Amino acid sequence: MAMTDDQTAIEFRDVSFTLPDGRTLLSNLSLRVQSGETLVLLGRSGSGKTTTMKLINRLIDPTAGELRVEGKPTIEWDPIRLRRRIGYVIQEIGLFPHLSVEENIGVVPRLEGWAAERIRQRARALLTMVGLDADRFAARFPRELSGGQRQRIGVARALAADPPVILLDEPFGALDPITRREIQREFKTLQQELKKTMIFVTHDIAEAFVLGTRIALLKDGQLILLDEPQALLRSQHPEARAFAECFNDAQSRGSRA
Amino acid sequence: MTLIEFFSHNTRELLALTFEHLFLVAVSTGIAILIGVPLGILLTRKPGLSKPVLGFANIMQTVPSLALFGFLIPLNIYLFHVKILGGIGARTAIVALVLYALLPIIRNTFTGISNVDPAIRDAGRGMGMTDRQLLLQVELPLALGVIIAGVRVATVICVGTATIAAAIDAGGLGRYIFRGLRANDNTLILAGAVPAALIAMGADLALGYIERTIQFGKTIGAKSKKILWSAIIAVLVGIIVAYVFAGKGAGAIAVGSKDFTEQVILGEILAQAIEGKTNLQVVRRFDLGGNLAHEALAAGEIDVYVEYTGTALLAILKNPPVTDPQEVLRRVKAEYARRFKLEWTEPLGFNNTFAILVRADDARQLNLKRITDAARVSAQWRAGFGQDFMSRADGYPGFAQTYGFHFQEIREMDLSLTYRALAEKQVDLIAGNSTDGLISRYGLVQLEDDRHYFPPYDGVPVARQDTLEKHPEVRRVLQQLGGILTVEAMRKLNYAVDGEKRQPREVAREFLKQKGIIQ
Repeated sequence: MAMTDDQTAIEFRDVSFTLPDGRTLLSNLSLRVQSGETLVLLGRSGSGKTTTMKLINRLIDPTAGELRVEGKPTIEWDPIRLRRRIGYVIQEIGLFPHLSVEENIGVVPRLEGWAAERIRQRARALLTMVGLDADRFAARFPRELSGGQRQRIGVARALAADPPVILLDEPFGALDPITRREIQREFKTLQQELKKTMIFVTHDIAEAFVLGTRIALLKDGQLILLDEPQALLRSQHPEARAFAECFNDAQSRGSRA
Repeated sequence: MTLIEFFSHNTRELLALTFEHLFLVAVSTGIAILIGVPLGILLTRKPGLSKPVLGFANIMQTVPSLALFGFLIPLNIYLFHVKILGGIGARTAIVALVLYALLPIIRNTFTGISNVDPAIRDAGRGMGMTDRQLLLQVELPLALGVIIAGVRVATVICVGTATIAAAIDAGGLGRYIFRGLRANDNTLILAGAVPAALIAMGADLALGYIERTIQFGKTIGAKSKKILWSAIIAVLVGIIVAYVFAGKGAGAIAVGSKDFTEQVILGEILAQAIEGKTNLQVVRRFDLGGNLAHEALAAGEIDVYVEYTGTALLAILKNPPVTDPQEVLRRVKAEYARRFKLEWTEPLGFNNTFAILVRADDARQLNLKRITDAARVSAQWRAGFGQDFMSRADGYPGFAQTYGFHFQEIREMDLSLTYRALAEKQVDLIAGNSTDGLISRYGLVQLEDDRHYFPPYDGVPVARQDTLEKHPEVRRVLQQLGGILTVEAMRKLNYAVDGEKRQPREVAREFLKQKGIIQ
C-alpha cells in the first residue's frame, strides 16, 4: 500500500503544518499527485492551498507527517536542488521589477550556470511559446507590460529550466475575466503539449474545471474531496455544494448571454 | 573685504582647504559605507541585533564632536605597527565622521532590504536562489535606491560635520570658520561656510540624481562587473592608504596650540624659535579645540604647547581655585610631572586672566574702576559671557557671589562674539581675556579684580619629558623664551592678527627678531 510507483510525482502522507503560535494551517493531508496530471487545489482564502504549495518546494517544512517528491522525503532534499527542479509561478508581483523580461525568464538557467547565448535562445523560444513576440518583449521591464503579458512571462519563467514539476499559485488571480479566459485556454494547450506535473491553486471553480485533471477541495486545512471535476458536482458535502452552486450560476449566466 | 575679494586673494588656500574637506568627506563616507551596508545586511539576517546596533548608531549621532574627539585622541591602537586609532589629525576626524555617518546608512540598508515585497522574495527563494543569490540578485538591487538615499544623508552630514575637524588639526573649510569666529571676521566665517554649503548642496544633488536613475538599472554584464570590482578594490586600497597616512610624520618636533589667536601666535613663537636655534624639523599642529591640546600632548601627538597655569589647575587637574601665582605654578609643575610625565618650563611673562570689561563711556560716566563699582550698578545690566566662563569653577557662579552681581539678563554666546556685542551695546559687561587684541580695538575698559577672585593664568610652555631628554637643545630654547612677554606685548601681538589682519607667522617672526632670539 505504501509503495511508490513511477506514476507518483508527489505524495503527502498525513502531513500537518502548525504555526509556532499553535494555529494549524493544514491537518493530516494525504494525497498523491500523478506524473503528468494537473491537480487543482481548490478552496476559499485561508483553506490551506498556498501552505500545501509551499510544503512541496520546502519554503516551509511539515510539522508532522511526511512529504515525498520523486519518492524522496522533502526534508532529505537539498532545498536549493529541490526548488530548481520545480517551476514556481505566483501572482504577477513575482516578476523581478529590476530585471528585463529576458532576464526574468533566464533567472533559473542563470542560477544553473547555463551559457549566456543558450539562456537568450531559451528565453526567446519560451516567449514565442507563450504567445509573445520575442523581438518586442525581450528587453522590456515588467512595469511596461499588461497584467496578461506579465502572467505569460511568469509561466515562461517557470518553464525555463524544463522542470518536471510546476507549482502555480493563483497565477491568473489578478487578471480581468476576458484576459483570464484567453490565457486559461492558451495554458490548456501548453499543458497538453508539455505533459508536466502541475499543482494549480485557485479559488475559481470554473478555472479548476477547465484546467484540472483532478480537483482537491480544501477547507480549513482539511482535504474534503479529491476526485475528477464532475465528481465534485455530485458531492453532497456542503463546501463542495457551495462551490458547485457558484459553478452552475456561472454556467447558466453564460448560456443566457 | 568682500567675500569675492577674499576668494580671489586666497584662491590657492581656498582650493587646498576645499580639497582637504572633500578628502575628509569622501574617505569617511567611503568607510561608513563599507561598514554600514554589510552591517545593515547583517541586521536583516539577524533581526535581534537591530535594536542594539541601531541604538548604538543613534547614540553616536548625539555625542558632541569635541567630546568624541576627547575620547578618541588618547587611544593608541596599533595594527601591524601602524596606528589605526587615536591621536590628532585627519585619522581621528575621519573616525568621528564615520561614527556620525553610520546611522543613516545602516538604517536605510536595513529598511531598504526589509521593505522588499515578501512575494518577490518568495518567488526568488521558490526558484531555488540561495540566501546569497537572493541578496545579491534581488534584495540589494531593489533596495539600492533606499541605500543611496541613506548615503546621501550621510554625505551631507559629513560635509557639515567635517568643519569641526579643524579643531583637531585635520584641516578643511572649518579652518576659515574657526579663524573667522576667533577674529570676529564675518567674511572669514562665510569664506568657510559658503563653500561647505555649496559642497553639501552639490553632493545632495549628485546623489539625488544617482538615486533616481539607478532605481531600475540594467543588470551588469560580466565584463563591466570585472571593471566595477577592480574600481571598488582600487578605491578600498586608496581609502586604507589615505587613512593610515593621515597621521603625522614621525621624527620631528610637533608644536601644538589651542584654537584661538593668541595660542597660534605663541605656537609660531615656539616653532620659529626652535627652528631658528636648533637643527630640528618642526611640525605645526595648531588650532586644537577645547582641552584637546592637552590630550594630544599627553598622547605624544605633539611635543610642546603653551598652557596657562590656572587652566591646568582647574580644568585639567580639577583642583579648587588658588589665587597665588607662585603656588599655582608649583602645584601644576609637581602634578604634571607625577601624573603625565610632562614638564612646565619657564613662564613667558604674561597673565591671560579673565578681564571684566565695560564700554569706555560707561566707565567714564558711571566712574567705574573696580569690579565692585560695576556690581553696584549691574541690576539694569545685561551681561554677555562665553560658555566657558559660565561653566568653569573659576567662572560665573563664584564671580557673581564674590562681587554680588545680579544682572537683568545673561546672554551666553561664543567668547569671540562677546566683544562686538559689548561694543554694539547688545550687552553691558563681558568677561574677556586680558590679552585680547579686541580690547584695544573696541576701546574697552578692564575693571580691576579688587577682591582677587580670578586665579592667575600665566602662559608657560609645557613639554613632554621624553622629548626634552632626547633633545636638550629644545629645553635651552624654551628657557631662553622665559619672561619675553608682558600683558601689553601679548595684547599688541593679538591685535596685529585680529585687528590688523596680519599673519600669525609674520607677527611672531617680527617679535622674535625684535627680541633678538632669531635673526
